[in-house]
Amino acid sequence: MKKVLPHLGWAAFGIIGAICLAFVALSRGETINALWVVTAAVGIYIAAYRFYGLFIAHKVLAVDPTRMTPAVKHNDGLDYVPTNRHVLFGHHFAAIAGAGPLVGPVLAAQMGYLPGLLWIVAGVVLAGAVQDFMVLFVSSRRDGRSLGDLIKSELGPVPGMIALFGTFLIMVIILAVLAMIVVKALAESPWGTFTVAATIPIAIFMGIYMRYIRPGRIGEISIVGFILLIGSILLGGKVAADPYWAAMFTFTGVELTWLLIGYGFIAASLPVWLLLAPRDYLSTFLKIGTIIGLAIGIVFVAPEMHMPHMTQFVDGTGPVWSGNLFPFLFITIACGAVSGFHALISSGTTPKLLDNEKHAAFIGYGGMLMESFVAVMALVAASVIDPGVYFAMNSPAALIGKDAVEVAAKISQWGFVITPDVLLQTASDVGEHTIISRAGGAPTLAVGMAHILHQVIGGKAMMAFWYHFAILFEALFILTAVDAGTRAGRFMLQDLLGAFVPAFKRTDRLVPNMIGTGLCVAAWGYILYQGVVDPLGGINTLWPLFGVANQMLAAVALILCTVVLFKMKRERYAWVTILPTVWLLACTLTAGWQKIFDASPKVAFLANAARFSAAAERGEVLAPATSMAQMQQVIFNQYLDAALCGLFMIVVLSVLVYGARACWIARASSKPTSHESAYEALPEGSVSA
Amino acid sequence: MAGRLMEESVFKDLAKLGKYLGDTARLMVGQPDYDAYVQHTRLKHPDRTPMTYEEFFRDRQEARFGGAVGKCC
Repeated sequence: MKKVLPHLGWAAFGIIGAICLAFVALSRGETINALWVVTAAVGIYIAAYRFYGLFIAHKVLAVDPTRMTPAVKHNDGLDYVPTNRHVLFGHHFAAIAGAGPLVGPVLAAQMGYLPGLLWIVAGVVLAGAVQDFMVLFVSSRRDGRSLGDLIKSELGPVPGMIALFGTFLIMVIILAVLAMIVVKALAESPWGTFTVAATIPIAIFMGIYMRYIRPGRIGEISIVGFILLIGSILLGGKVAADPYWAAMFTFTGVELTWLLIGYGFIAASLPVWLLLAPRDYLSTFLKIGTIIGLAIGIVFVAPEMHMPHMTQFVDGTGPVWSGNLFPFLFITIACGAVSGFHALISSGTTPKLLDNEKHAAFIGYGGMLMESFVAVMALVAASVIDPGVYFAMNSPAALIGKDAVEVAAKISQWGFVITPDVLLQTASDVGEHTIISRAGGAPTLAVGMAHILHQVIGGKAMMAFWYHFAILFEALFILTAVDAGTRAGRFMLQDLLGAFVPAFKRTDRLVPNMIGTGLCVAAWGYILYQGVVDPLGGINTLWPLFGVANQMLAAVALILCTVVLFKMKRERYAWVTILPTVWLLACTLTAGWQKIFDASPKVAFLANAARFSAAAERGEVLAPATSMAQMQQVIFNQYLDAALCGLFMIVVLSVLVYGARACWIARASSKPTSHESAYEALPEGSVSA
Repeated sequence: MAGRLMEESVFKDLAKLGKYLGDTARLMVGQPDYDAYVQHTRLKHPDRTPMTYEEFFRDRQEARFGGAVGKCC
């Protein structure tokens, strides 16, 4: 009886979650309160952690609380530090949370909130959290080594190299997509552009203060920085209202692209303390603060969700991105459900800080549940706004036109009745010239957040402030990611090229560094540029490419975990990783195949290239091209995207083959063959609660 | 008497919570606990002089962005 009672308590969370989810799924009313959605998710998370997360910990992996972790073994007070699990949870969550879980669900809302919600919740419980947790465990048993190293030692050097190469390509795509979100959010928006530009001098001031005036005082200067940020949002409103200054900060998408490319190169070359680190502090604190604020806001306001639970676009004809629910929903919502990128964090700093193996589930599995909750909030934010506004914001101009009257007519035709006045009024409420065709997720999320937050603080008059606050919040950490990512990409590239030209490995030398940075910026800059000039909005092209790449990396990480389970002779539990691996492979390979070979030019790169080629032969010029040379450029880009997609498929398939082989060999062996570091007992007294 | 004890323990808990929050915020941006570092160095490497807080801060700042992937999408 003693054993059953606590279980009943935990199970109650699951039952409450399931009831709420059933209510959400079966509700056929006009609107539904967002609290149902939030409660459903949280209830299921808690039960999933208690039952599935701890099942993996105790049964599948058999975590050993007496085993010494790398943090204890190599404790140096710097890189390896045994850390309180709650403190480490915060560190880990701050490292995995980014723009991904915010943007994916917003884009997925075109099919209604229900399909997205189901995948976010099911995906995280069965795939995403499993991956994050198990990679953390695997890395922690191997001195906190990185994903590439782990694949090299458990699967072999060739798949290790392939995975490293794949990771670099994914990095490039991520940087391009993130940068494009910023471009889409700031184009023709003097208010947004001014505030984001103002973060550069603010960060530099903070950097100098922390370096020379009062070294290392993060807290006080972050508060000053935050006040300056708020000041820049308020000042931005004045700038946008003044014709002279507004013109100074109004840029087209292409202009912003060039500015970002230049920025990326310079920022990645500057010393880290000057710009990158201080902005990282601001963006991290702002990110965490905003996420908490949004959660409180949703509970406090309890907004009604106006998006239908399912729209007609589940058939694949949606304007935001094309393709059927299967497989494209599952790659559009990437980070909130499962994200391969997290495998890099789980095999990065976190395992070096883990004080005891028994806390790995709380940090790895629990941290990812939290990230998933962020995705649910993003889905809520996208669903509380008028669906007509949502589609006006996210559909490309090529489909809906540019004029409010025309746009409203077109979207009303789809069944989302909206008047031109509402579109104009919403734009003026948030202090923008227009909200039409502002794809990329960030502006929609910002409208949704403003919609929720202005009901908590400030009322209608503060809507424009909250909109630009939300834009700033996203742009700030995206720019930090672009800067840090370019540096990381440069190191990866130098590592890769160094295998062929040893001089490239010299990361302390100026010339190889400049070439590395230049190549890295050029790579993401090129993809960014082609996305920005894409007539279908770029998101349609790049986001699926990103999703495919990210989910494939997750499949690679899960293949690694499967191999490790086989090598530990625990293959009877291998279904825990095989199940999500198979699902991810099915989604990504189908999506990849369709992106390359589908007959519809809206979905497939090759079909679109053929459409442009055919037009070029007839001597026609199709938008966005304005000349024959540009037509050739578009055709080339389509082939490039197809090749990238194909490359990702080859990467994941070859890792699969190597993984299957490793499992086969491990199975034949009579004893465990995994390359764990030898068992050492935790010293007396450090086996704490 | 019992009331005072309780009050003390509440203050103690609050102070502990404050330290946790501070530690969490610092570690989120890659700065581990300086006191723990000093204590560790004194205890395990008595021959070394621990870095000053300023040196420690700069060292960790460089380390955070010195190569590894520190940020996610």
